[in-house]
Amino acid sequence: MKDTPLANCERDFLLKAIEEKKRLDGRQTYDYRKMKITFGTDYGCCFVDLGKTRVMAQVSCELVTPQENRPNEGIMFFNIELSPMAAPEFEQGRQSELSVKLNRQLERCLRNSKCIDTESLCVVSGAKVWKVRVDVHMLNHDGNLMDAASIAAISALSHFRRPDVSIEGEEVTIYSPDERDPIPLSIYHMPISVSFSFFQQGTYLLVDPCEREERVMDGLLMIAMNKHREICSIQSSGGIMLLKEQVMRCSKIASVKVSEITELIQKALENDKRARKAGGRCGFAESLPQERITALKMDETPVEMTDVTDRANEIVQKAEVPPQTVPVPGVGQVGQGLQNTWGLEEEEEGEETDDSEEDDKEDTVSKMEVEKSGVDVVEISDSEEEEVVILHQEKPDKAPKHTGSSSHQKGAATSKKRQTK
Amino acid sequence: MEVCGPSSVSLREFGCEQMLLSRPDGSASFVQGDTSVLAAVYGPAEVKVSKEIYDRATLEVLVQPKVGLPGVRERSQEQSVRETCEGSLLLSLHPRSSLTLVLQVLHDDGSLLSCYLNAACMALMDSGLAMSCLFCGVTCAIDADGQIITDPTAAQEKDCRALMTFAIDSKDRKVMMSSTKGSFSVHELQQCIAVSQKAAESIFLFYRDSVRRRYSKNT
Repeated sequence: MKDTPLANCERDFLLKAIEEKKRLDGRQTYDYRKMKITFGTDYGCCFVDLGKTRVMAQVSCELVTPQENRPNEGIMFFNIELSPMAAPEFEQGRQSELSVKLNRQLERCLRNSKCIDTESLCVVSGAKVWKVRVDVHMLNHDGNLMDAASIAAISALSHFRRPDVSIEGEEVTIYSPDERDPIPLSIYHMPISVSFSFFQQGTYLLVDPCEREERVMDGLLMIAMNKHREICSIQSSGGIMLLKEQVMRCSKIASVKVSEITELIQKALENDKRARKAGGRCGFAESLPQERITALKMDETPVEMTDVTDRANEIVQKAEVPPQTVPVPGVGQVGQGLQNTWGLEEEEEGEETDDSEEDDKEDTVSKMEVEKSGVDVVEISDSEEEEVVILHQEKPDKAPKHTGSSSHQKGAATSKKRQTK
Repeated sequence: MEVCGPSSVSLREFGCEQMLLSRPDGSASFVQGDTSVLAAVYGPAEVKVSKEIYDRATLEVLVQPKVGLPGVRERSQEQSVRETCEGSLLLSLHPRSSLTLVLQVLHDDGSLLSCYLNAACMALMDSGLAMSCLFCGVTCAIDADGQIITDPTAAQEKDCRALMTFAIDSKDRKVMMSSTKGSFSVHELQQCIAVSQKAAESIFLFYRDSVRRRYSKNT
């Protein structure tokens, strides 16, 4: 789907407002939107809401053979999916420029910074290592996908637990989560990316741009840092020229923001740990907000089943057995194909199969009323006006077989005339 | 094989939230027990010339699994959902347009296809597209003893002999789509259909309650 273009008046309005130090949602220049981090039912699933931007990350692992040049290290794989749900211009399967950019940045942020201890993922050196896969899905695009994705990815990695493994000589045993508690990954530090958008050739700067602001920006600077004030990666895109002082200032702002965000992540992880220990149910289902008018929950409801057997019996009894001989299992019939219907062209018109009733065939298969030979008027379509009259009953003895084979399609038409009980 | 009398059959607790995403025209999340699905609808919008149909809208359904890329199983689920939606949407009101329905798995704990159907219906309702009837999905499983279980969890699905999902419409409680796996007798099939039709009653009541609640504040 094509994206709706931005109107010139809207662009001018946004730029003018930024010049006057005003933002659409009333934030200050360095303010982040409201951030919410929740975890799913299974380990390694994390939802991040950054204002209206929504992102979900899922971590999974499997055992694979390691790369030849690194036999002692596990493998990390990152994948950012720009789901067509997030914005109308995202297309399924298409590697757009934005998707490549986000994937590269996430890889640099998490893989090259060596935040995960990959050597601890090794099970049998040179033979079996854990491959940890992080899938990040964008659910709603309201700007600043990179920050949300990096927060979701690192939170999901911190939340994830991999199965426990024990090695006795040559034998490797992997325990299921019921047998032994799964163990967390060893994470050295948490790199988090902070985005700065620049307007008017670098004159004005905004932190955490929303989708409108991203549309009118000149360039973007992404700084990935951890709370120990170590820069993990910097990327500047859009071709803007930045002064040294500007980059220094941005990194100082980033360090403040990163420490706040890291605290938030830790708090969320602790809340989740406490909830799981208390034995409560956790996950998306539980985090459904109750007080909102757009949400509703219903408890477990029993299904009334009193006359189910009677109804079923009734339907099965009413059904007529189809007249066609069904070959006994194990017997094949060669040369007994369908009747050639090329000669009878009228029969092939109007054989509509309604999609909505097509699978009603399951009901009607047992109760097809097949019109046997000796019939002059064959009702094929639903319209009462169309009556196909066969003038020459050419092959009377083969007619049953013919109607039998086309009753497959007629079944749908006749089902409409079937008296519903 | 005769199915022995079903003792107590129930649907897990369900919840739904509408209008959760700001970009799509309609969005809803549906939760059945622990299985949760997020659905988003875009449309009617511009359609590619290769996909346009001269007198109807082109409905496209995309199912996104949580891990990995969509595969064959997702394609078949997309087809089931698409056929159900085409049966209930009034597509001829929007010729040469496209309607896109995206379904994202948030957690899979059994009865996934029926959760897709329920989420899809709520999202279509939220988007305001004209429909001739509502639909809901019900999953039935027949376990090794021959008992019918509705809305099975993943563990129950694994041990069952047959698994069936039906899409039931709201006007006459007819079956719009069925997807079955495993072996079962004709009698068992009819029983499961009858059970699903009964279960559909409570789901439609739930739809009605959610929408009533949502529009209860007249601003």
